[in-house]
This record gives sequence, C-alpha cells and structure tokens, in this order.
Amino acid sequence: MSFEEGELHNLVCIKHTPDSAAKMLVENGVVSWGDAPMVVNPWDEYAIEEALSVRDKFGGSVTVLTMGPESAKEALKTAIAMGCDHGILISDASIASYDARITSIVISKVIATLDNVQIVFFGKQAIDGDTGLVPMSVAYALGWPGFSYVAELSEIDIENQHISVVRLLEEGRQSCSGKIPAVISVVKEINEPRYPSFVGIRKASKAEMQVITLDDLGLGDQISSDYNGSLNWSEIQELSRKSTDAELLEGSDMHSIASELVEKLIEDKVI
Amino acid sequence: MGSGIWVYIDHFRGNALTASWEAISLAKSLASKLDTSVTSLVFGNQMGELVEETSKYVSDTIIVCDDHTMEDFRVEAYGALAAQLYQEYEPQIILMPATSRGRDLSAFLSMKLGVGVVTDCIDVNVEVGYTQVIRPVYAGKLNAKISLDGLHPQIISLRPRAFPAAEECDEAAEIIEVEAVLSESDIMIKVLDYSTSRGDVSLADANIIVSGGRGVGGPDGFDPVRELASVLGASVGASRAAVDSGWIPYDHQVGQTGKTVSPDLYIACGISGAIQHQAGMRTSKIIVAINKDVEAPIMKLAHYGVVADLFDFLPIFTAELKSRFEK
Repeated sequence: MSFEEGELHNLVCIKHTPDSAAKMLVENGVVSWGDAPMVVNPWDEYAIEEALSVRDKFGGSVTVLTMGPESAKEALKTAIAMGCDHGILISDASIASYDARITSIVISKVIATLDNVQIVFFGKQAIDGDTGLVPMSVAYALGWPGFSYVAELSEIDIENQHISVVRLLEEGRQSCSGKIPAVISVVKEINEPRYPSFVGIRKASKAEMQVITLDDLGLGDQISSDYNGSLNWSEIQELSRKSTDAELLEGSDMHSIASELVEKLIEDKVI
Repeated sequence: MGSGIWVYIDHFRGNALTASWEAISLAKSLASKLDTSVTSLVFGNQMGELVEETSKYVSDTIIVCDDHTMEDFRVEAYGALAAQLYQEYEPQIILMPATSRGRDLSAFLSMKLGVGVVTDCIDVNVEVGYTQVIRPVYAGKLNAKISLDGLHPQIISLRPRAFPAAEECDEAAEIIEVEAVLSESDIMIKVLDYSTSRGDVSLADANIIVSGGRGVGGPDGFDPVRELASVLGASVGASRAAVDSGWIPYDHQVGQTGKTVSPDLYIACGISGAIQHQAGMRTSKIIVAINKDVEAPIMKLAHYGVVADLFDFLPIFTAELKSRFEK
C-alpha cells in the first residue's frame, strides 16, 4: 500500500475479543464464551477515536489493522464504520498460538511494509490475554519511540516530526515527548469514542479488506525459528467459586448491623 | 543455563512501590528452593536511600546504576542496561512488579532477549528444571497456567498484592555499581514534567478500598463514601457507572476498563456488581456489599451483604468504626 508523499498516515492496531460482559467458561480445556458476541477490544475503541481525531485535525488517512481468523474482519468493519479508511487483516493458520512477542514481530513487519506511517495507535491492552505487552514490543521492533498509557496527545508537530504526550502512571501524569514515527498505547481517559455512523456502516459493508499472510511477508521460516522461546497457556482454569452467597445483614436497626459488621471485619483481621 | 533470581526494584523518584518488596519475598522463597541467590536491580538517580532501604531486605547482591540519565524510568535506558547485565551474569529468573514500568520493561526484555514473558502472575512454582506460573486472563475471569521451562531467562511480572511483602534481614548485601549503557543523546524519549494526582493512596497498593457506584446518585453522594474511607485509611474506588456519569475522575475506576485491585477489604457501596466490575475486584480478600437490592449480582460475590440504603447505613457504620478506633 502506498500513500502520497507528505500525507499523514496513521495506523490503529485492534483486536477482536469476546464482549466484556461475556461469561467465560472452560470446556474440555478450551476457552468458550457461549453466545456472547465478539467485539472490538474495548480499549482499542479509544485508539481508533484518537487516530480519527488526529485525521480530522491534520488530514491524511487512517488504516486499521488486526490479526486473527477471517471472522476478525468484523472488527475491521466496525472500525471502518467509525471512520477508518482502509482495513488490513493479517491472517495465518498459526496465529492462534502466537504469544505477545511473536504477535509483535509479525505486526511490526507489516507496519514496515507500509509507507509513511507517522503514528501507530494501540489500546493499552486486550481484554482477553491482558498482557499489555504488544504496543511497546512493536515500538522496540520498529526502533521507534514508544509511549504507553497515553491519556492526552498534547502536540503533534508534523513539520518537525515531533509529538508530546501525557502518560497516566501509578503516581500521576507524566508529560514527555519524542520524534515521530512513534507508537502509542492509549488509556480510556484520552477521549470519548464515536459511534459508527449510518454512512460508515454502509461503507464498511462494501469495504475490501487487504489480507496479508506470513508467506506474503516472507516470514514463514523466520517465525518458526523465533518460535523457540514462545509461551503458551498449558492449561486454563475456571476460578474456584465461592460456595455460599453473602452472609446477609438486614433489618431496620442500622446501629446493630453496623456493630455486627465491625465485629466480623475485626474477626477476619481486615481492619 | 545460569542461576540466580533477579528482582527489578520498581520505584518512583526513589520511593519504592510495596510491590517491589513483594517481589523480593517471592525471590527469596524461589531462591531457597533452587539453592541460589537473590540480586536486586536498583536503577535511578541519587539512589543512596533506596539502596539502603533495599539492603534491609536483600542479603545477597544489589546492582546499582546511579546516573542522571536514569532519573526517570525510560524503557530504552533501563531495558538496555538490564539486558546487558543479563548477558554478563545470566540469571535464571528475572522478577518485576506488574506496574506500568514493570510491564514496559518486560516487553523490552522479551524482544531484546528473544523470549516470551509472563505478566501479572499471581502464583509462581519452581523446582530445579521446572518453572510454572499462574496468571489471570480474560480480566480475571479465568486463570492460565503457563510453563516457562526451556526459556533463558524466565521473565515474570507479578501482580501487586498477590505475594506477601519481604521481611527484613540482618546481613549486609554486596553492592555492585554499574554504569548506564545509553547516553542522553541515545535516548529517544524526553520527560518534560510530572503532575501527581490529588494525594490519593494508589488503588493498586491499598489495603482497604471503599467504592461507590450508581447508587451514590451524584458527585455529592461520594461524601459518605469518602468519610468512611478516611476513617479506615482506605482509598476511594468507583464503578464505571459513577465515572461515566462524571461524578468522580477516571483514576478511581475499578473494573475491566479501570484498575484491577486486590485489597484485604473491599466495600462496595451502591454498586450492583456487573461482571466487568467484578473482574477488577473479585480477588479481594473480604468483600462487603452495601446495597438496597438483595438481588444485585454483587451479593453473590460478597462475603457480607448489608441490605440497606447506603445513605442510611454509611454514616452509622463510620461513626461505629470511629468510636471503636478511639477506644
């Protein structure tokens, strides 16, 4: 894919995940989520919105990229319905067994084939694997600055190829800056994602997605050698459930309930 | 294959996170099973006090890099040094807290050293030639067991509060001073400044959290929640409903799209307990739900359910605690 010289081209990497309200089960050692729908990973909606609002301000285009089975095209369609311009699906039979590192290697190879990418947006983590490793691993692989947990994109200076961001850390907010191209992962606070528009949904239903395989990238052999040192879930377990419901404290005498609760918490050694 | 357990001491401007001492405690127990030593890594600027504090917990070795380029955690600089030290000493296991910095460092080392890493682990089991961890996946709805056998090194980040904090030891540690690997001009990211949040205790570290949800009804509804929190020395949390309504800032949100917490005591006030909220707090040791609706999902998860209007109950409960603590 090529883009016009000087055009700002941003990329959003998203993941198709089970809905956050899904009840997760393990059946014969395999994770299942019943009838719950697959959705765009909720954190990624903020990444999509941020990429779109940068385009609204500076022009250019936004490409959305995902990795997964054919059905992951649905996630790309949602992103296009929100306003993204192009969709790319990285698809390969081996993808289901990738860990965060292999995923990052493949994504970075694809990004390296795209011309003129300025900012790569990610959500801070995906709600299935929950590792949060991929954004900074992709930054490493590309050799670009990586800004994680971004709560505000304070400045983009295209002429000088420079951005400033505010990151949300445990202790507060950190302002920092670096060159573009760069990779950022965003937190929820950064924006309020837009809904897919009617026009967008129609456009998405007709959109042609580019499908890239590892062979297209000439990566088949490399990935199998990188595979040494990769990690897989050897077993997946449901959590042990609490056997009983809450011990209920009810009645009209708030004072006696309060006193009873204090006694219990002291007995439990938590206060 | 090397031996030795390393711990990255995570800190903010010299103040160590409690999770760092939890990592040391785990490292000590792993080291005794593997008959090896514990080394901690202290990187930063003007680290004298932190090195002294660390030496209270670690009796073997502390590797210190005290350099102005290490003032702020920047993953390029910290990661490059950690990777170089790994090449030199080849420890078997590298532990770090699963904080923002710990996660970024583990991602860097994963790529630089060509091994998968495991994040946010809640259990680590080792024998000689065997390392297996458990980590929550799907927002804590399931647990995954992962084997790290055959990986060099085995890089593991630990969920804060999943392990006990280390006890102090008497022996003095050997201190090895090392130089930074990158110079300032090699580092791509520049840190401009910090603004800390309003002095709230960090939710991840809190022993007690008092949270408010839709039932608090508005920004002022958090007043009785805050008063209870202040008597208990607790942090204030919130459900997504309360945050999305604009009643309290996002920093306080507990749940799938907020923070994951694991305090000794979690008091949910007017929170129905959607599965997304439960994902962020279900590993709390004791859960108290205060809710008018006995059918609310939170009542299934809670250990104690107070069926009452929070505005009636909280002031009386707070006063009761106050009078007990004064005695």
